[in-house]
This record gives sequence, structure tokens and C-alpha cells, in this order.
Amino acid sequence: MMEHQTIPLREDELREHLVVIGNGMAGCRAVEELLLRDAGRYRVTIFGAEPRVNYNRIMLSPVLAGEKSFDEIVINGHDWYDRHGISLIAGDPVLAIDRAGKTVTTRSGLTTGYDKLLIATGSDPFIIPVPGNDLHGVIGFRDMADVETMLGAAEKGGAAVVIGGGLLGLEAAHGLSLRGMKVTVLHLMPTLMERQLDEAAGWLLKQELEARGQTILTGADTAEILGGEWVEGVRLKDGTMIPANLVVMAVGIRPSVALARDAGLKVGRGIHVDDHMVTSDPAIHAVGECVEHDGQVYGLVAPLWEMCRALADGLVERHTGYKGSVTSTKLKVSGIDVFSAGEFASLDGAEDIVLRDAARGVYKRVVVKDDRIVGAVLYGDTADGGWYFDLLKRGEDIAPLREVLIFGQAFASGGGVADPKAAVAALSADAEICGCNGVSKGQVVACIEKGACSLDAVRSTCKASASCGSCTGLVENLLALTLGDEVQEGAKTLCKCTSFGHDHVRREIVAQAMRSIPEVMQKLHWTTPDGCSSCRPALNYYLLCALPGEYVDDQQSRFVNERLHANIQKDGTYSVVPRMWGGLTNPRQLRAIADVVEKYEAPMVKVTGGQRLDIFGIKKEDLPAVWADLNAAGMVSGHAYGKALRTVKTCVGSEWCRFGTQDSTGLGVKVEQATWGSWMPHKFKIAVSGCPRNCAEATIKDFGVICVDSGYELHVGGNGGIKVRVTDLLCKVATEAEAIEHCAAFIQLYREEAWYLERTAPWIERVGLTYIQSRLLDDAEERAALARRFFHSQSFSQEDPWAKRAEGAEREHHAPMAKFTPMEMA
Amino acid sequence: MIGDWLDIGWAEEIPVRGSRIVQVDGGDDIAVFRTGEGKVFALKDRCPHKHGRLSQGIVHGGAVACPLHNWRISLASGEALGDDKGCTPTVPVRVDAGRILIQRAATLAAAA
Repeated sequence: MMEHQTIPLREDELREHLVVIGNGMAGCRAVEELLLRDAGRYRVTIFGAEPRVNYNRIMLSPVLAGEKSFDEIVINGHDWYDRHGISLIAGDPVLAIDRAGKTVTTRSGLTTGYDKLLIATGSDPFIIPVPGNDLHGVIGFRDMADVETMLGAAEKGGAAVVIGGGLLGLEAAHGLSLRGMKVTVLHLMPTLMERQLDEAAGWLLKQELEARGQTILTGADTAEILGGEWVEGVRLKDGTMIPANLVVMAVGIRPSVALARDAGLKVGRGIHVDDHMVTSDPAIHAVGECVEHDGQVYGLVAPLWEMCRALADGLVERHTGYKGSVTSTKLKVSGIDVFSAGEFASLDGAEDIVLRDAARGVYKRVVVKDDRIVGAVLYGDTADGGWYFDLLKRGEDIAPLREVLIFGQAFASGGGVADPKAAVAALSADAEICGCNGVSKGQVVACIEKGACSLDAVRSTCKASASCGSCTGLVENLLALTLGDEVQEGAKTLCKCTSFGHDHVRREIVAQAMRSIPEVMQKLHWTTPDGCSSCRPALNYYLLCALPGEYVDDQQSRFVNERLHANIQKDGTYSVVPRMWGGLTNPRQLRAIADVVEKYEAPMVKVTGGQRLDIFGIKKEDLPAVWADLNAAGMVSGHAYGKALRTVKTCVGSEWCRFGTQDSTGLGVKVEQATWGSWMPHKFKIAVSGCPRNCAEATIKDFGVICVDSGYELHVGGNGGIKVRVTDLLCKVATEAEAIEHCAAFIQLYREEAWYLERTAPWIERVGLTYIQSRLLDDAEERAALARRFFHSQSFSQEDPWAKRAEGAEREHHAPMAKFTPMEMA
Repeated sequence: MIGDWLDIGWAEEIPVRGSRIVQVDGGDDIAVFRTGEGKVFALKDRCPHKHGRLSQGIVHGGAVACPLHNWRISLASGEALGDDKGCTPTVPVRVDAGRILIQRAATLAAAA
């Protein structure tokens, strides 16, 4: 696909024309910097070799790993080019520069004049000169097309070889491995990422990757790539053969200088530039990985931001100059934290400070010379990477900190207790917060002060933490520091797909009136295409709770038990528990249950702790018929499988018991009829005891009633599970109606505010009994409103899910798609 | 050659991010999955861990979470993902004009 645009030159167009060759991170960043300084000064045309808008190349690894989509890594979409009147010619690479005529010509023959030219052609992957390196299936890892090739190969399965155990190679290997390929990494040197990591950290990394199923061969020298038309394998110099249907070359990159060299510009390893990014031709500038500045070429993203700053300052004639960069590196492999900065190869006069914590898999090494940090390597715990890097760049005298330096910033700045806010506060304004997008602390703070008061707003305004998300904590702390109490502390995240916590997600669902799981994932920047088995059920519940009667339950986001309305057992059969209100039953129900047990050959029936009968060993395909039989005897689903009201357990109460003070059985039945069918954050159990002897064990239930002569004691937050918790007394009420209203209001508060999969016991410990009491007891109207919301929701949920399935609804959950009788077996 | 592939039905018969099974007489079931991207995969319906029915798990990305202990199994390779180790047999799948075809020999091998 090519996108052609003619470039209209209006009569009144007298501005100088800036032509940018390269639509990548450097080219577009340079234009962004220029727009910030003087938006109207130049007419801008950008040429890109790839048929795409400007995207974040360093985020290709998460795209490969399935953690991001392409749309999520777009830095500037078409609207950005339109808004700034930038002409984009994508998919048509520039092939020649005519310096004398001041024009560039593309592959399709388009010739365009320029006043100023900016070369930002980046770099090309280095393809090692071995036989077979031109076979189909041998690729680099440089652009979206490479990612698409890798995804295509991964879809077919099989084996991949990644040549090169550096940053890029390991990220490629990680992604391919996640996509289901069997991956072998070949690395020429004895340790992985030897340019960034020392031997110890490289070893830890190798162990971790091998534990994840990759094969890592160090000291592996490739002799030949084998195959006919397509690659079939790799042969090493020692004779080892490794079969592969994909070979990714990630041994390094070379500045892309052909265009500049052909144009007669001065070129060494890269295009020579001065401190203002001007080449040997004063009308031509260059930035990014294609340049050589002061003898240095860079293959990382951070120097690029600094170059673009210097370039833009020069273009608007406020020269500042580029002084070279010190770089730091983070590996983007989820679950592996690696950080490195500066020098760490043995330097004269340098000393190492090392901390190892084998049990936690932590290795930290800080290299110090003349009381200055010159390098740092962190593995396993990289929280202090930014701090060390900041000290390094500023050349801070660390003599006063030396004894405690290795323990990190929190310790070194006095408190034994880590205070992440103080740590961020201590960073200098130009300390880098977001490495992916080159955003400094000062820029984040400025963006917050201009009104971005949430993480989301910061992400969409200055892009800090909008890419890999590893600096989310830093940004949250900056929000807290800058705005004080106006931001809430970031709670723990809902799952690994998001950096938001449960509370934030729930608030935003309501505030933005979101209506579906994909909408939530889109608006809240989910990092995975369709979530995971943790967040999908949570979001499904949050939407269900927020939109009673409107939200359409997503069956594929339900755990199997809630999808099949029965409990899966370890042999793949199900157990079925019909509801018996308050634990009461009768001959008709008992007969129906007995008949089901015989008819479907259930191997076991058991009385449960919640006073019900549990029928075991029912096959998935028999479930609808079992339910039809139970329905016929007047029984409905017992929800023994759900994050829902399970059972109301009762004792016999005043009707029969000589100690009974109230009709506990009758109240239990009423409570169960009021609350059954409601979906909740977790399972919910109720009991009603007729006297303080408490035979129904109401004080270890989520909601318990203990009848006394003068009324009803209401207890909340009990749990009889792994960690037994006795209930707290909520209050005492005089009538059954009040008991039921309090119960409904308590359940609704729990439904609306607890986190998914949080039982009432930990919820109450988290928010405090006082809070619950204030919401339920201080204001009768608020309690009544909660109860009303509960009953409104109940009006949609008290429909027996078994009955619908028994009538044939959603047959696909129960019936096999096909049956196959092999002739050979018959 | 006709007969190498078994036609098991329309792709739309499997819910998106869901699974259906194919019963094989005298053998284990085959679970056929359809991902959010509309891709179709087939695995032996048996988690390498404690033999959970993968067809009953939550499908996300290119993986399924086993309903018994939440192991994540790659739909493409059958391998356990993350820190877990194990592999369940895969069955090659083709989608032809909306019909799902699974490879006969691999089906028999996986069901055995």
C-alpha cells in the first residue's frame, strides 16, 4: 500500500520548506520539537519508507509479545499531520538528494524542492555475512513488517532461531516464545547483553530465560543458514544443527548512511554532524541513529531526544548545542527487570559496590570512580535505576552517601522505610521519568500543573508512561507530590493487563458511562488485546453491577462454573446443587433429587455445609436435562457455583426449639428469597440463628443474623475459610423488615465497592467497620437508597438460569460440536 | 487427499473467545478454540497439569486459562506459558470457506 499525496505549493507559500527524510521516531520528534518552538516557521514535508504513520519503534517488542496492538504504539496519527499542515508521503522512500538543485527524488519519481533538509533515516539491521542469509524467513527486527513476518511464522508454530543475545534479540526471542514458537538464541559472546550487563547479571538473565523455556547458546558462532528457498535451520561452526523455520538477525544495527554518502556528505560510521546537528552541507541536518557526533554513534532512544532538542533550537536560531549522551538501558521482557547505565567494564581507578540477594534473585552493582558514579547494573530490582542514572548524569559527589549507596535511594536519604514519594521529590527537574518517550520530571510536573490531574491525563498529554508503563509508579508519585490530596494513591493494579487499580477502573466505568469490556479496555489503555482470565471476569462483573438490566453478560468472561451454572470437578464432570430455601425441603423435592441421582447415575450425593444436597458426577451434556427434572419439582439453581448469594443457613427457631426467640427459619427463607440470584464480587453466605447459641453459625458468615428476645443482631464480615474471621456486630434492629433492609443495603454496598474476588472479611478489614457503619447507619435515607438499588438490580437477576438452559438456550455450552468415529477404531 | 481432514462445522458455531469440543469415539475429546482475532486452534482437551478440560477455560490473546488451576496454555503450541512446564498435543486446523477442518491423523494421535 502506498500513500501518495501531491504537495500543493500555494502562491502565498513563502515560508521556507523543511523536508524530512524519515518518518520514524527521530524525524517526527524533531518536527514536534520545532512545532513547540515556532509552529508557523517552516512548511514541513515528511517522507517515510514504511507505509505507516509515525509509531514508537521501541515498542515493537510488546507488539510482538502480544502486549500491545499497532494502534497503541502510534505516536502521531493522521490527525497530527493534518492539524499541523504536514504533508506525509509514506511508503515511497527517498532515493536521491540533489544538493546543487536542493531537491530530493523518491522511488516513484516524485521530486520535491527543499530549503532545509533533515536526514533521519535511522539504521539498518546488520545481516551477518554467512551463506543462506538471503533465504526466505531470514529477517531483521527493525520495523512493523518484520513483526508481521514473525507473527505469520509464529502462527504456523515450529522453531525459531534468534541470532544475537542483545537487547533486541532477547526481546524478539521473548515475543516469539510467547507466541508459541520453540526459540533458540545464538549469542557469539560468552554472556548475554554483554554491552549492557556484566557477567553476573548476564548469568542471572540466562537462567531466567532458560527457565522460561528458551534455549540459550552462548559462544555460538553461526556458520551457515540452511534451506532451499525457505530457511530450514542453522549450522554452527562447531557442527551443531538447529532446525528453524524462522531466523531473526539481531546482532546489531548500522547507521543508514547510503543516501548521505551518495549525496557526497561527509560520512564516517554515521553521517558527520556538529553540535547543532548540521552536516557538512549547511542546508542539511541529520539526527538519530544515522549520525555520528563527536566520534559516537547511538543505537538507543534517549540520545535522540537530546539531539532533536538541539536541532530544533538551531532551526529557530536559538542555538544550544548537543553535548553527547550518556545512555541507560532497560530490557522490555515482562517479569524480568534489568537496568544498566554508563560504564562497568573494569576501568582504571574504578571501584565496585555490589549487593547480591540470591534468594530474591537480586544483583546490584554500582561502579564508582573519584567519588562519582560512572556505571550501574541492576538485575531483579531496578527501582533505583533512575536515581543512580540521575546521580551519574549530574556527576554528583557521592562520598557522603557511599556507605549506603547500594541500598538505594530510600535508605540513602535517611529513612529505613522506603518513601517512594520522597525519592521522586529528590530527583532533579531534568531527570528522565519516561525513557520510552523521553519525558523529564520537569515536563511531567509542568503537564500536571497545566491541569492533567490523573495518570490517564498525563499519559495523553505528555505521553509519560503511555508506552511500556514501567514508569507508571513514578508518574503517580509526581501526581501525588504536585497535587497533594487531589489524587488518590495508586491502588494495586487490577491485573497485569493494566496499570489501574480496581477502584479507578470502577470509577471510570461509571464516570464515562462505559458499556462493554472492549470499551473499558480501549479507554483505559489495556496492554493486552483482550485481557486475561483475571481482568475479564472482573470487568464483566463491574459492568453488570453498574448497568443492571442493560449490560449483556459476556459468557466468555465468566469462569466455567458460572458459564455452566454448575461446579466443575477434577474429573471434568459437574456437581449440581438445587436451591432449598432456608435449608427447608419436602418429599417432592427429595424424590426429584433421588430420581435424578438414579437416572443420571450420579455416583455421590452429599449434604453440604450450607444445608443443601449436592449431586456429584453429572456430565456436561446431561446438565440441561438434570435441570429440567429439578425445575419440574419446583427447584431452581442453588448458585453453589457462583460469585453470588450461596445459601442462607438457618436453625429451627421459635417454631420448634425450646430456646428459640424468633422465627429464624421463616426469616431465613425470606432473606434467601430476597437475595438469591444476585451477582457479587465473591461468594456470599448468610445464616440466621434463632438464639445466641447460634446453631446456624451466623458469626462466620458474610451476613449473619442472631435473633434475641428484643429483636435481631446483625453481624457482618465473617468467614469460615482458610483464615477464619468472626463477624463484627453491625447493629441491632427490632423488626424482620429492618433486618432485610439492612441486609440488602449491606450487600449493595459490598457489590458496589468491594474489589472483584474480595470476600466481605478482607473488604471490611481494608475499609474499616466504622466506614461500613457510617454508610449504613448514619443516614436512613442513604441506607434505603442502597437497598432500593439492590432490589432494582434483583428485578433483573432473579430469573432461574437453569430454566433457560433446560429449555434449550445456549446449547453450545453443553453439546459437542461434532462427533468422530474413526473407522480404524470401530 | 480427501479424508486427511475432518470437517467439524462452521467457525461461527464456536463463540468468539470460546471453545467447543469434538468427541472422538474411544478417545479423549479435542477442544477447538476461536480467539478474539478469529483464529481457530485445536488441542487435546486435557491440561498437562491435572488434566483439566481446557475447552472450559477463559480464552485470552492466544492462550487459554485452564479452569482447574489457571495454567495458561498456548493455543498455537500447546505449551504451558509463564513459569509452568508441560505441553498438550495440538491438532492442525484449517478454515476453508468458513468450515473448520482438523487433521485426521493428528486428531487420532491426540485423542489416543
